[in-house]
Amino acid sequence: MSLGAYLTLAALVFAIGLFGVLTRRNAVGILLGIELMLNAVNINLVAFARFHGDVAGLVFTLFTIAITVAEVAVGLAIVIVIFRVRRTVEADRLDLLRG
Amino acid sequence: MPPPVWLPLLVLALPFASFLLLAVVAPLRRAGRAAGGVGIAAMAAALAGALVIWLAGYRNTATWAWLPGDGGPMATVGLLVDPLANAMLVLVTLVSLLVQVYSLAYLGEESAPALGRYYTYQSLFAFSMLGLVLSPGFLQMFVFWELVGLCSYLLIGYWYQRPSAARAAVKAFWITKLGDLGFIIGIVMLWAATGTFEFETLFAKAQAHALAIPALGTIMFLVYLGAVGKSAQFPLHVWLPDAMEGPTPVSALIHAATMVTAGVYMVARAQPLFALVPDVLTLIGWVGAFTALLAATMGCVENDIKRVLAYSTVSQLGYMMAAAGAGAADAGVFHLLTHGLFKALLFLGAGAVIHAVGSNDIFRMGGLFRAMPQTGLVFLVGTLALAGVPPLTGFFSKEAVLVGVWEAGMTGPFLMLALTVFLTAFYMFRVVFTAFFGRTPAAGHAHEPPWAMRGPLWLLAALTVLLGLRFAAGGGEAHGPGWLAPLSVGLALAGIALAWTMYQRGALDPRRVAAAFPLSVLDALARRRYGLDALYDGLYRGFVLALSRLVGWIDRYLVDGVLNVASALTLRGGDALRRIQSGVPQDYVYGVAFGVLLLVVWARLWMR
Repeated sequence: MSLGAYLTLAALVFAIGLFGVLTRRNAVGILLGIELMLNAVNINLVAFARFHGDVAGLVFTLFTIAITVAEVAVGLAIVIVIFRVRRTVEADRLDLLRG
Repeated sequence: MPPPVWLPLLVLALPFASFLLLAVVAPLRRAGRAAGGVGIAAMAAALAGALVIWLAGYRNTATWAWLPGDGGPMATVGLLVDPLANAMLVLVTLVSLLVQVYSLAYLGEESAPALGRYYTYQSLFAFSMLGLVLSPGFLQMFVFWELVGLCSYLLIGYWYQRPSAARAAVKAFWITKLGDLGFIIGIVMLWAATGTFEFETLFAKAQAHALAIPALGTIMFLVYLGAVGKSAQFPLHVWLPDAMEGPTPVSALIHAATMVTAGVYMVARAQPLFALVPDVLTLIGWVGAFTALLAATMGCVENDIKRVLAYSTVSQLGYMMAAAGAGAADAGVFHLLTHGLFKALLFLGAGAVIHAVGSNDIFRMGGLFRAMPQTGLVFLVGTLALAGVPPLTGFFSKEAVLVGVWEAGMTGPFLMLALTVFLTAFYMFRVVFTAFFGRTPAAGHAHEPPWAMRGPLWLLAALTVLLGLRFAAGGGEAHGPGWLAPLSVGLALAGIALAWTMYQRGALDPRRVAAAFPLSVLDALARRRYGLDALYDGLYRGFVLALSRLVGWIDRYLVDGVLNVASALTLRGGDALRRIQSGVPQDYVYGVAFGVLLLVVWARLWMR
């Protein structure tokens, strides 16, 4: 398989994730979208590492996965706290930053 | 032994020190009479210094750099001491001192802070006037010129609670400013053409015929305009009669003896420059003579004793200007000096009368000679001097003016001035006969004034008589045609005789004389002050006020409108932009994603 196929897959996954982030009303759904986008990046990194024969990409991916886990843990914790306070996790209602 | 160099500087500094002391040390100023003591002490010392300088015939020019410029200072300050300045120094310090002593009694019923304020202004005025007299250049002269104008404003408006006094002060300020505008433009133009403000440099150039400036006529005319305003020449004379709203000693000092003569002094000082432009000189002569005549006719119909004197001041200033215009500036200055003495005497005498009677109207006075013989006597001396009766000083100086004008070949102005001699004698003796000898007893209980007022009166009267006798003994008569002295004395005596017939004897009814044609027209015109006040009033209302209204409208609706529209637009715009901040993170991500997309497209299409 060529590098292009991997990159296309990564682009597709990234686009799906972005679509999820933009359209989901539920905060958990948005977190899932972010997760997809990060993993698209992981695919890119691994693909480049494999085709260029450079291990640095794999190391980067390991770091990214660890950070993603931490991010999801913090993100879900925030969502739960928001739910406790506001009784909702719908993103449209969470507009405290409105100008 | 010549006096030390710093003596003129000391004479100048003393009134200033007194002013500073009174202005800064508030308790001293509020003490009233103590403040007067400070002012009088400073003036007395200044008078002593001025006398020493005058007697020694001191001559010196000292200048210090003021405004730095390329290749030497652009302007200097300093002291120019010469016989002309010396004589003025003595006059200014002497009359200032006498007036300040007199005021101590005249304004004795004023509250202490008001009296202190009065002496503060008086000291400032003395300093400014001395600075003007000693100016070595046009620029310094202009600065002090404005300072004396300021003091005049402050002192006319001394009783500022009276609306008429406040109005008169503003009127005096504005009308003289009209002339000063020309003065400063002229000075700056002269500087632009020659690069100097200094009198001596300018005179040297004038002597060397190195002053061939094409616009010199215009420049000197503009400079002369300053004198027109300050010395109350036609048509800017209207402020001086109104200035009589100030206290009488102020009128004596500022509006008779010193400040109003500044214009004459300036023309005399700049005589070598004026001599280069004969057209302007001729104009000065004609305007001066016309002013003298016009003011004299107005003096004939005025009932307010101070205003009569004010018109006579305008009239005499006309004499001085006419002499300066005829090229006889010496005669003009001579008249200035003698007039300063006897007019101050007349004003102070009038002040004593007003103090005693409590009214300015001469027809409410009468028989005052019996109640206050000393005041009556000195007033009579002053009147005779003003009328030009020998051997008093006024006769000699007026004679010199007439000779100067006649010898310059200015027949028109000479005839006007000769007629004015007659009118001067008439209106002054109209006042004397009505107020001092009239049969109707004065209202109120008239009495002699206290010695603080009588002393200055006697001193001035003595000076008028003694100086006159000295001129008579020393052959001080001007060497004119032989018929001139008898003519002027004859005219003066005729005026006195007419006044006696009309107001003392009652042989001629003034009302019937005034009603006879063509005097009736003149009478009506003079009573309306030739419509000049009305004209200025109309111009002010129609022109200045309309302009201010227009400017006010533009400011309120156009300038403010533009600003209001701009601020409203900003508010609206901000409000619209605010709504972009929805607070929903997804909207922001939309923006980021869309932006990235645009960047990608842009990179693809144009960044090849």
